[in-house]
Amino acid sequence: MRLVPLAAAAALLCSAALTACTAGKEAGPSLGAPRPSGSASQALPAATVELWHGFSTDAEVKAFEDAIARFNQKYPQITVKATKGVQDDQITQAVRGGNPPDVAASFTTDNVAQWCRSGAFQDLTPVIRQDGIDLSVLPAVARSYTAFAGRQCTLPLLADAYGLYYNKALMKGHQPPRTLSELADLAKKLTVRDADGTIKVAGFVPSVQYYENSPSHLGPMVGAKWYNADGTSAIGSDPAWRELLTWQKELIDWYGRDKLEKFRKGLGDEWSAEHPFYKGKVAMILDGEWRTAMIAGEAKDLDYGTAPLPVSDSRPELYGSGFTAGTVIGVPKGAAHPQQAWELVKYLTTDTGSLVTLSNALRNVPTTKAAMESPDLVKDARFQTFLDIFAHPRTSTLPASVNSVFNQEAFAAFVAKWESGSVTDLAAGLKGVDKQIDDKLKLSGG
Amino acid sequence: MSFAPTSRRPRGEGLRALLWLSPWLAGVAVFFVYPLLSTVYFSFHRYDMYTLEFAGLDNYRYLLHDPRVGVSARNTLWLVAFMVPATVLFSLALAQLVTRLKAGAGLLRTVFYLPSLVPMTAGTITFVFLLNPGTGPVDHLLSLLGVRGPDWFGDPDWSKPSLTLLSLWGCGQLMVIFMAALLDVPRHLYEAAAIDGAGPWRQFRSVTLPVIAPVLMFALVTNVIYALQYFSQAMVASRVASGVTDSPGSSFSPGYPEESLLTLPQWLFQTGFRDYSMGYACVLALLLFAVSMIFTLILLRQFRGAEAGEGS
Repeated sequence: MRLVPLAAAAALLCSAALTACTAGKEAGPSLGAPRPSGSASQALPAATVELWHGFSTDAEVKAFEDAIARFNQKYPQITVKATKGVQDDQITQAVRGGNPPDVAASFTTDNVAQWCRSGAFQDLTPVIRQDGIDLSVLPAVARSYTAFAGRQCTLPLLADAYGLYYNKALMKGHQPPRTLSELADLAKKLTVRDADGTIKVAGFVPSVQYYENSPSHLGPMVGAKWYNADGTSAIGSDPAWRELLTWQKELIDWYGRDKLEKFRKGLGDEWSAEHPFYKGKVAMILDGEWRTAMIAGEAKDLDYGTAPLPVSDSRPELYGSGFTAGTVIGVPKGAAHPQQAWELVKYLTTDTGSLVTLSNALRNVPTTKAAMESPDLVKDARFQTFLDIFAHPRTSTLPASVNSVFNQEAFAAFVAKWESGSVTDLAAGLKGVDKQIDDKLKLSGG
Repeated sequence: MSFAPTSRRPRGEGLRALLWLSPWLAGVAVFFVYPLLSTVYFSFHRYDMYTLEFAGLDNYRYLLHDPRVGVSARNTLWLVAFMVPATVLFSLALAQLVTRLKAGAGLLRTVFYLPSLVPMTAGTITFVFLLNPGTGPVDHLLSLLGVRGPDWFGDPDWSKPSLTLLSLWGCGQLMVIFMAALLDVPRHLYEAAAIDGAGPWRQFRSVTLPVIAPVLMFALVTNVIYALQYFSQAMVASRVASGVTDSPGSSFSPGYPEESLLTLPQWLFQTGFRDYSMGYACVLALLLFAVSMIFTLILLRQFRGAEAGEGS
């Protein structure tokens, strides 16, 4: 009987689980403890601090090294050993195994709630208070995606903001749209088809399956809400989602879903020089601020502009806002040198020079107001758009949730079905998404 | 001299047997019994990889509410019901062809076997690109013939048949096993059947099939277990065909298009290692284990029945 493969599958799951007993142990001093005497910042004892981050390209790694070099000028006794290309699951495994890095950074905010709730990342509140750090230098939205259930277990390192990119040559003299109806009208005007209806140039691709068009990125266009105050799903009860999805489906149907899908699948890779926006195949796209640097590197001659995302016709006050999230950084439970780790986290997230260095190199949005206003920050009108979106009071994020990945996937899977025409009752379908999210929330212990 | 069996064994024989068996027993204990018991234990807990909390039957109750269990189980059963027979029959047909050919058999054998040497991930990615409706050469060739190709990996009705095509393309290993079995069929049986007036089909049914039945059953059992654990190709095909990458506020939903390629092992993995619902993932692991056991037992019973029939 060939049961060994199955046993292996079970072993895969549970060998990880068996070490759970070690997950509760505290391998090092906690940040909550008072500082050792004579260890006020500069006088901290020498230590080697291990930093794990997700950046991996040469330019990104160099930017990190530059920022760390500046940190070393201030704290020569602290050596920082940086490890690149680390993903969240590796961080999780290391914390569980009782052998975490001193500092860990994550590209996404998906696991912040889990990390805060479980204590996998230490609550920074005591040291933030102790060092008198004023978190109001961060926009409220950045504070919200780095904390959960009253625990500020991470801080924003750099942010991503999402806006509209438009190809000036394809715009035929039109200004970027400000409302969803303007966007739909302009998308139709700018679309070019062959005689048989095949799409050659699309004005705007409304499908959530197109690159960055995820529900969370599109939601701020209508001010849509993900969760109620108690953490349950608000997707089914918030009419904004119905408005967005109805608008999106109408535009998809205008293109013809089959034709749009065929067009979408014939487009180049999102992360290559074949990007359809560079090639003049799509006139307007939703994308993050990093695209400005990519265009500078891969399509220097492209004549393009950036603008805030168009918003619901009935919500003009939203114009100028958008979606934001970003890289978060914190001190995992069991860090061997938590005080030195905190100094590094504090430096990387609040020091204007460090943030500007990283932002100039990585072309992400710096998170503090001082860094955004710094004369050293390299910016033009196109990049400024994203600084403004990030700072806009109505800019929103995907709120932290212990089931963040599951919730996003459940909703995205539903929207994909909706796009295909297999959903007849939108309201009932969205209620179904609510049920999935709420059931899972109960399973996770609320 | 009587050789009647005796119930008395020399002292220590049982212990010696256990000693000889001990490496295997240790392996089974460490790699099967212990993980299985751990899986059962964790299935009654809420475990997010950090904290462990008793949850009673909550994880089992959630199984009844989880819409993706039904979807993923249906997809997996589809693969068992269609992909496995198709792969086995196609391999058998290829083996028949290659063993009967007079000229070019060596070349064809190599051509059919080579794909099974291609790494699974690379093969799947290549397949998705070849069948891409926008840029793939297959679609282009079909259009030259006036045929509008389907959206292979983008249409939920076509995605699993497309994976079946991938499976047929990579069935070289099974073909070789069948070739060995076919070449083992005694020639004189065919000759006798031919003298009795049996045609090719009758010869295949009455001579070939009974002789290769054990190999056929082996192929079925191993392929059913393989289909129940189908993971990598479906995951890779989904991800490549969707074109979605993980970024802040955006994550890939497994099973694209429309969850049609979401298999039970994928959902298990997703639940355990992406959603960190490890307790519930253990319930899914037990479900998969139970289903695999049931299928295996049914097939083995059929096999024993076939063997008994053959023996009589």
